[in-house]
Amino acid sequence: MSSRPGGAGTAGPLLTVDDLHVSFATEDGVVQAVDGVSFELAAGEVLAVVGESGSGKSVMAMTLMGLTRSPNARFEGKAFYKGAELVEASEDELRAVRAAEIAIIFQDPMTSLNPVQRIGKQIIEQIQEHEALPDQQALERAVELLERVGIPRARERVDSYPFEFSGGMRQRVMIALAMSCDPSILIADEPTTALDVTIQAQILERIRELREQTGAAVILVTHDLGVVADIADRIAVMYAGRIVEQGTLDQIFYDPQHPYTWGLLGSIMRVDKPRPQRLPAIAGLPPSLADRPEGCHFRPRCPHEFAECRKVPPLTSRVEGQPDHFDRCWLPVDQKRDKREVLPGVIGLDSKEAAPA
Amino acid sequence: MGRFVVRRVVQMLIVMFAVSVLTFLIFNVLPGGDPALRMAGRNPDPSQLKRIRADWGFNDPVYVQYFKTMGQVFSGDLISYSTQQNVWQELKGRIPRTFALAIGATIMWMVFATALGLYTAIKAGKFADRFLTIIALIGISMPVFWIGALMNYYLGFKLGWFPNGGYVPFFDDPWQWFYHLVMPWTALSLLFIGVYSRILRSNVLDTINEDYVRTARAKGLTERRVLINHVLRNSLIPVVTLWGLDFGAVVGGGAILTETVFELQGVGQYAAESIGQLDVPPVLFVTIFGAFFIVLLNTVVDVLYAALDPRVRLS
Repeated sequence: MSSRPGGAGTAGPLLTVDDLHVSFATEDGVVQAVDGVSFELAAGEVLAVVGESGSGKSVMAMTLMGLTRSPNARFEGKAFYKGAELVEASEDELRAVRAAEIAIIFQDPMTSLNPVQRIGKQIIEQIQEHEALPDQQALERAVELLERVGIPRARERVDSYPFEFSGGMRQRVMIALAMSCDPSILIADEPTTALDVTIQAQILERIRELREQTGAAVILVTHDLGVVADIADRIAVMYAGRIVEQGTLDQIFYDPQHPYTWGLLGSIMRVDKPRPQRLPAIAGLPPSLADRPEGCHFRPRCPHEFAECRKVPPLTSRVEGQPDHFDRCWLPVDQKRDKREVLPGVIGLDSKEAAPA
Repeated sequence: MGRFVVRRVVQMLIVMFAVSVLTFLIFNVLPGGDPALRMAGRNPDPSQLKRIRADWGFNDPVYVQYFKTMGQVFSGDLISYSTQQNVWQELKGRIPRTFALAIGATIMWMVFATALGLYTAIKAGKFADRFLTIIALIGISMPVFWIGALMNYYLGFKLGWFPNGGYVPFFDDPWQWFYHLVMPWTALSLLFIGVYSRILRSNVLDTINEDYVRTARAKGLTERRVLINHVLRNSLIPVVTLWGLDFGAVVGGGAILTETVFELQGVGQYAAESIGQLDVPPVLFVTIFGAFFIVLLNTVVDVLYAALDPRVRLS
């Protein structure tokens, strides 16, 4: 699996998100869930969106399908998919995109399938919504999809109800459902979070296989950088509604620029290294999206804060020789490389010498 | 399945037995409950009373009287104390009237309550929802004898749009049958539409936030399909239980007020008249009849439940 250059595909990006803002009016004030997110996704690329709970990553992903629309939601910015704008698209236009062009796997497979409908019917319903396919052929496709995601005896199980499946099996059904109309983009919104650790790897493996077979681009939303390590081409790190760092897998893992990324990397447990005394964690809590600190949002938790941090740092390329590596941190690059210490060799990234020359 | 049926039949027999014993005992201990006194007329002489008591077996112990009466219930020989008519012969002609009322009304209230419940849930908080909520509460608050009387007076008597009560058998004239039942159906349905639409509204509002509804939207389904295939079906499951109880009661002669206001001469009206005369045999018969339908409808609900929700399906 070769790394693809981000956003610079030969035919232009498949998806371009430009300065997307999403806010919700709540009783506690306006919650700015997504605050000026921009990125591009090339065909066949795997982009991981990483961040803590409440960083706005799921809202951002679901907004691309119009699934966050509600009377109290406000949207700004644009998202272009193959030239069509998604943020302000009508419901009818969106329905043609949903599942057929952009499909999604949700976090909790236990509740994401209709409990009173046979799983086959749930897949067929989607196929027939987008293609005029006779029942028998749609059923054949559903069986084939279930086989492809590794459901044993798929021909019998197609008539089962969701409650007859385990969580891992249900997530496979969700994947089959998402792939059933051959979408160009698959959004996986924390697809493994609700599953046993042993099942997580299998589910990721399925997603990767399907991605290789179909060439679909993937937006993998997760809070776990460990999940990302062997599947993503590029990584966008989100914090409090903003992308704070964005780059290739290697850049993020071996030359991370933002102190928040250091913290995330420091929180990965590595089984190949001696165990630390205490589980490492980033001090403090993420800010409430209704009341965020001015300037750099990570400032209150950052050990390297200085005067400059009261201004919002723009997301730009700051590292020489890495034009596709962006971050939002005022610290000079050489200082960062000096300061970042994530217990080298114990957890997270390997020490400084691993940085690409 | 076989065990399920046997269990339900046994349950039905126990309920009917208990209900019949209770009804019989209550009427035996009621003051003024002595049927011989009423049968003997205004100024009975003691010898006449004695003869009636002997003829009808009122001197026997209560349990003997009970079993004798129950025997007559099942052989169809039960005779009313006050009219001396055969209870079964009297009831037979009334059953289709009550069924017509119950079935028509339940179709009406389920259709309107579903539409109203779904609509108000989609429009939750908006003017249409608030307005219809008030209408539903008015519907719940209006007693059927009152709204029925109003309908009879204005729509029937004053405007002459509908016949003032009465019943035409379906096979005599289907249109007249329908025409005569429109007002009773409406009067009986109003309360149920109010209650059911409120319940359905809150069920829909709960269901619409479920993850699988979001999945349905992500599938690119039309909003209509999302609502009907995914939201409504899951929201209707709890309503079915309620429907079984209410429909069972109405079929079993529970719509006493509606039947009386509109002179339908149904089972409920018969029960009302018999209770007024402390006429034990018909009351007993109608009570057992009603209990039968309530237990039967509860069984139907269990079967429906399994069809609607595979998680409770019988193993």
